[in-house]
Amino acid sequence: MTRYVIRRLIQAIPLLVAVSILTFAIVEIAPGDASQMYIDPEKGTDPAYLEQVRRSLGLDQPVYVRYLAWLGKTLSGDLGFSFRTRRPVALEIGDRLPNTLLLGGASLLLSFLVAVPIGILSALYRYTLLDYVLSTLALVGISLPVFWFALLLLQVFAIQLNWFPAVGMHDVRQQYEGAAAILDVVHHMVLPTIVLSLAQMASWSRYQRSALLETLGQDYIRTARAKGARERRVIGLHALRNAMIPMVTLIGLAVPSIVTGAFITETIFGWPGMGRLGVEAVNGRDYPIIMAVTMLSAVLIIVGNLLADVAYAWADPRIRYE
Amino acid sequence: MSDQTLSVSLTAEPTPQWKYAWRQFRRHKLALASAALLLVLSIITVFADVLVPYDPNAIDAAYARGRPQPPTYEHSFGTDNYGRDYLSRAMVGVRVSLVVGVVAVVFQLVIGVVLGAAAGYFGGWVDNLLMRITDVFLSIPSFFLLLIIAGVLEGTLLALIFVIGALNWMTVARLVRAEFLSLREREFVMAANCIGVPGWRLVTRHLLPNALAPIIVAATLSVPYAILTESALSFLGRGVPPPHASLGKMLQEAQPWLRTAWWMWVVPGAIISAIVLAFNFVGDGLRDALDPRLRR
Repeated sequence: MTRYVIRRLIQAIPLLVAVSILTFAIVEIAPGDASQMYIDPEKGTDPAYLEQVRRSLGLDQPVYVRYLAWLGKTLSGDLGFSFRTRRPVALEIGDRLPNTLLLGGASLLLSFLVAVPIGILSALYRYTLLDYVLSTLALVGISLPVFWFALLLLQVFAIQLNWFPAVGMHDVRQQYEGAAAILDVVHHMVLPTIVLSLAQMASWSRYQRSALLETLGQDYIRTARAKGARERRVIGLHALRNAMIPMVTLIGLAVPSIVTGAFITETIFGWPGMGRLGVEAVNGRDYPIIMAVTMLSAVLIIVGNLLADVAYAWADPRIRYE
Repeated sequence: MSDQTLSVSLTAEPTPQWKYAWRQFRRHKLALASAALLLVLSIITVFADVLVPYDPNAIDAAYARGRPQPPTYEHSFGTDNYGRDYLSRAMVGVRVSLVVGVVAVVFQLVIGVVLGAAAGYFGGWVDNLLMRITDVFLSIPSFFLLLIIAGVLEGTLLALIFVIGALNWMTVARLVRAEFLSLREREFVMAANCIGVPGWRLVTRHLLPNALAPIIVAATLSVPYAILTESALSFLGRGVPPPHASLGKMLQEAQPWLRTAWWMWVVPGAIISAIVLAFNFVGDGLRDALDPRLRR
């Protein structure tokens, strides 16, 4: 198992290099470059001065030289400086990443807690009215645009009912400490977490339903029933434990959709996370931040995939990787 | 068994596969209703220029007086704060959504089928190389990349469509590859090989038709994804360029009026949801209808 994980981690390296080349190329064809951030108010847009700035920044070098320079710096831990704030990129990301992980983790947990019971109910009462209603609701959940669902929740729960704050992570009017500060963050988290969970909730409940249905058709379930085990025991002890195995992998595979959702959700709710940082960076053409956010997202996605495979082997002893 | 019954069953016209499929599809009432809705929306897409009650970009400042006006008999979906007729804008927006969704999926089908077929048919190092490329595309945060590229394009709708397609072909490629790998081992392919059917013909006449059902289902279920991507980009101000109306852009413009003008955000959001839901239901129905093992 350890060898398998190590091999997968080694395989991730060329993957990350390829992603970085692709992103670098896209940023390369984007208009404008770093020199515009160093425009001197006195010398203005004097071409000779701009040329000098470009040379001092290394922008007159061919693209592969600049890519290798970027790669070398990144590998040595130097992510450069944000064009807009002039702060180190590592600090900018460091400020935002924990907030995104908090939101993403909470939404994965919420999706799991909602999807599993719904899937079980659907499977146990399959082809009944309840199953059809839950199935249709799941399809509606998958179909709602994230940003529209966010606007709906904002309209009802933030504007009309005023139960939850509409934007941000903290109440700026108060100076909370200790437990009150945590509760304040939780209060701000509720709506964005629900928005970010919607897609997962809906699709996971479908997976849970079919996994349980498949398990219920197995021979050992018939055996359990034949020896007279109570239905509760058959479902709870024999069927559910095996039907949960595929669910474990879904958590890791949900990372790309959480990353995508974070860009939209964080922007709407003003959540100070990596997604909003990324959208701001795109709008401000802040290329060092754009590169960092892309690479970090790719790392999260690759780690998510690896976790999915490892979790699968851990939960199911029949799976063995060499 | 007598000779007579045998000859009867041989001369009888076989029921075409699509008839079975249609019979099964008809039973899925929601899928049938969704297909009807999509038909209506397609008609709107084609004839939007004739059907719109007003010019979707015509500003009537005197009517709006700077505020969105509620639905009336003349303007059944109301107007926005510039006095532009919301029904007309929504119809043009439906056109943008459907065109983006369908064309992007056609584009990603072309890439996905070609790469997946090559990987599955040739196997070996070709398969290995193509699948590693697929892995790279699966590891990139494609929505964020789209956001960057859409900022670069700052222009044509067609370019946006191509980029959406170019970043989302991986599912189809993997699906086609898996189908080919399994079909390659079947007896009929071996038989075709034995009588010397050339490779190109084997792919187009024997392998692809047998892999068609899952491709059609995957394509139908990819359309909503492309539509949601376009509207999300437009919502973030990075999608369809002005002055085109897009449902996502209408939602973006509705944000300041969240409190006061419900039709501004209910109309475009409900339409996007309905389109996406309809495609999902039709895909669901097609999956049941095209898979003989699922027929009841």
